[in-house]
Amino acid sequence: MADGPHAAVGTVHMQPSVTDDASNATAGTKTVLALRGLTVSFSGRPAVRDVTFDVPEGQVTALIGPSGSGKTTLLRALNRLHDSARTAKVTGSVVLNGTDVYGSDLHPTLLRSRVGMVFQRPNPFPAMSIYDNVVSGLRFNGIRKKSLLNEAAESALIAAALWDRVRDRMGARAGTLSGGEQQRLCIARSLAVEPEVLLMDEPTSALDPQATRRIEDLVGELSDRVTIVIVTHNMQQAARISQRCAFLLMAEDRAGELIEVGPTKQIFGSPQDPRTADYVEGRFG
Amino acid sequence: MSILALDPILTRRAEVQQAAAASLRRRQWRSRIALGLCMACVAISLVPLVAVVGYTIERGAPIWSADFFSHVSTPEGIPGGGIWNSIMGSLIIDGIATAGSIPLGLAIGLFLAQSDSRTAGVIRFAADVMAGMPSIVVGIFAYGILVTTLHHFSAIAGSFGIGIIMLPIIIRASEGAFRTVPKDLSEAALSLGAKNAAVARRVLLPTAAPGLFTAVLLAVARGAGESAPLIFTAIGSQYFVANPLQPMAAMPLTIYLDGIQAYPELQQFAWGTGLLLLVVVLVLAATGRLAAARLGGGRK
Repeated sequence: MADGPHAAVGTVHMQPSVTDDASNATAGTKTVLALRGLTVSFSGRPAVRDVTFDVPEGQVTALIGPSGSGKTTLLRALNRLHDSARTAKVTGSVVLNGTDVYGSDLHPTLLRSRVGMVFQRPNPFPAMSIYDNVVSGLRFNGIRKKSLLNEAAESALIAAALWDRVRDRMGARAGTLSGGEQQRLCIARSLAVEPEVLLMDEPTSALDPQATRRIEDLVGELSDRVTIVIVTHNMQQAARISQRCAFLLMAEDRAGELIEVGPTKQIFGSPQDPRTADYVEGRFG
Repeated sequence: MSILALDPILTRRAEVQQAAAASLRRRQWRSRIALGLCMACVAISLVPLVAVVGYTIERGAPIWSADFFSHVSTPEGIPGGGIWNSIMGSLIIDGIATAGSIPLGLAIGLFLAQSDSRTAGVIRFAADVMAGMPSIVVGIFAYGILVTTLHHFSAIAGSFGIGIIMLPIIIRASEGAFRTVPKDLSEAALSLGAKNAAVARRVLLPTAAPGLFTAVLLAVARGAGESAPLIFTAIGSQYFVANPLQPMAAMPLTIYLDGIQAYPELQQFAWGTGLLLLVVVLVLAATGRLAAARLGGGRK
């Protein structure tokens, strides 16, 4: 894992305590994603309502909250995955490094090459080899140059701590890898297009504890390379890997409200809202 | 974080984004062309449907009247008359066929959905072969089995033939419907101490009901339009007959028998009946699809 050029540098956040280096969460960092009054409705019923917060560059932001609180819906709004759902309607704005994500001057296809996504279950393309999986995003984007493909694939696989495992079997089917390795392959696949933001939707929920740990370690290392927004239902995981937390909650007919956002240390140590305290201390949800 | 370590990544990011933007127009055009081809294929495939329906309406609609639906047919040369006997005949023949093939088909479909045994594989294959069986062969089979042994043509022999046509459709469609019921639902019932029969009756059947309804409607729609088995069996009748052991009129028979006559009035009868049959089949199919869409949305 330490053999990558980016693994050894930067801050690695693995401590389970909430006494993480607070300087990472302080002001002065550049905002990569700015959410302003973001509302996502399905058939007129809001699943995420009026959410406003900033995602700072080079950090891991965790979206936490009980099931049904709209975490995943919020995440999917960030790379316009709701576009293809006919009943879905997104209002408010998301600004990615100065560009309006829902604006007309940014094509969804180009947006998604800048905002990658890793899903709950490992989903490598079953009909492709490991190599083809890793470079698939580049090829989708019209890149054919062999040297660029190879260079990006190696860099992404190293960053995903998978290079040593697969370097001699790049032609093998992705299905021959274990579940945890498949998920790391999916991370490598996302990284290969060098996105500015990586969205992760409970990426360890289908993995065993050891594979989960490796992914968690990885998330800490990757935040130097790409800004990460991760959905997790696991409080310990949020505390271990994130520098900032956004807590969403659904009350009666009020799904998807942002209750509190701030440094992870503050959310877990001295939350401003009593509902946040109740949740992170495990009193409900 | 040193700038040095990030540099190749930032360079590559710029390169990727540049290539993506540069190729976007080409990719969009390809998408448009592919979409255009798909639309063209859809349009082409709709031509025969629209043509058949349109032409049948044009030829059949003029004869539609209250008398046409409520009177029995008259002998050749005598004006007037209607297809009341054909409509009732079709209802009786297809009703018996449906009543016979539903329980059998659903039972087999349930078995296939629940079993991965060799037997199930053989039955599934047999059902597929049956579904592809030429209906004329089904007709001569029904003739050989029932008409020659009973020594006369009968509606019940027609029902037998139509039932054979419907059976594989019900089997495969109901198997599909039963398979959409998540396995953990049956396992939950089993874990509560339910017997297999109770799981089937209280969990599988009600959960799969919308799909089963669709399966049956599609099978009925198919059976109602079949003519070949009836030519060998029910043979047709000028009168309204309610006894299924007697020869009976049916809509496909009227189309066939009147349609090949030289008299324009009789051909008109065939077109009018054809239009009615078309409407019946379209309504059945549309109801089936709508029911599947409406009721199927209940559980994700």
